[in-house]
Amino acid sequence: MSGVSKEEFIVANPFSIQTSKIDGLSIIAIEGFVDAHTAPSFENAILSEIESGNYRIVVNCEKLNYISSAGLGVFMSFIEEVREKGGDIKICGLVDKVKSTFVILGFQEIFDIVDDKTTAMQRFAAG
Amino acid sequence: MAAIEKKFTLKFPSSTENLALVREFVTGIGKQSQMNTADISKLELAVDEACANVIEHAYGHDISKEVIIRATFDDSEVRVSVIDTGRGFDPTKVDPPTLEQLISQRKSGGLGIRLIKSLMDEVSYEIVPGQKNELHMSKKIRKDPAG
Repeated sequence: MSGVSKEEFIVANPFSIQTSKIDGLSIIAIEGFVDAHTAPSFENAILSEIESGNYRIVVNCEKLNYISSAGLGVFMSFIEEVREKGGDIKICGLVDKVKSTFVILGFQEIFDIVDDKTTAMQRFAAG
Repeated sequence: MAAIEKKFTLKFPSSTENLALVREFVTGIGKQSQMNTADISKLELAVDEACANVIEHAYGHDISKEVIIRATFDDSEVRVSVIDTGRGFDPTKVDPPTLEQLISQRKSGGLGIRLIKSLMDEVSYEIVPGQKNELHMSKKIRKDPAG
């Protein structure tokens, strides 16, 4: 017997993901939480861009309120391939709670993390 | 007067879809203990990582298995144990890979243990071969400034 019944709980901030194209960039907006359950959807969204030859990717996290190592691992597993193809994965809009998780693991040393989507797009434009 | 220890238990089927419930549970414990908001977030993430490890590695996504979380707190600290009966693996004895190593190997795993060790004050592992594995974690309670 389980100690909890799913029906009895409504978990706030479910996960959603949207991909759009602006000025030749792929903007992937993730919302809610990325944990071991939802990370595969995030992984598929990035993979789909890479398979379509889109290597200039902005991940907009302004509506992301939680990330665990499963989500962080998605960034890590693609960054080298994308950079080898001349692109990048730029991360923007991190709220403080999420940002602290990135910082604990030293992501700011490896990833281009900026305040907002406009800045991320400008970074691509600047080469 | 001796501090009263409060005890809570959550049992749930071994599936990642229940991690959101785990986080609600742990966040509730953190709030009750009056731990500060930043530390509640650390507790939440550490327990999520520990449970995700059990679901994926100890139980290999077998939803018929059960994961148990025991949480206790008093005035000074919150202690959480994650208990399973799956394949035993002592994560505290493994040197977590560096970020650079993981990227060059194109691996996305291996970050969870690094996080747990960074987020909690104390982490230990207890294994009773063929019976159960328990990951024990604790964090001192630092309160938010009053007001």
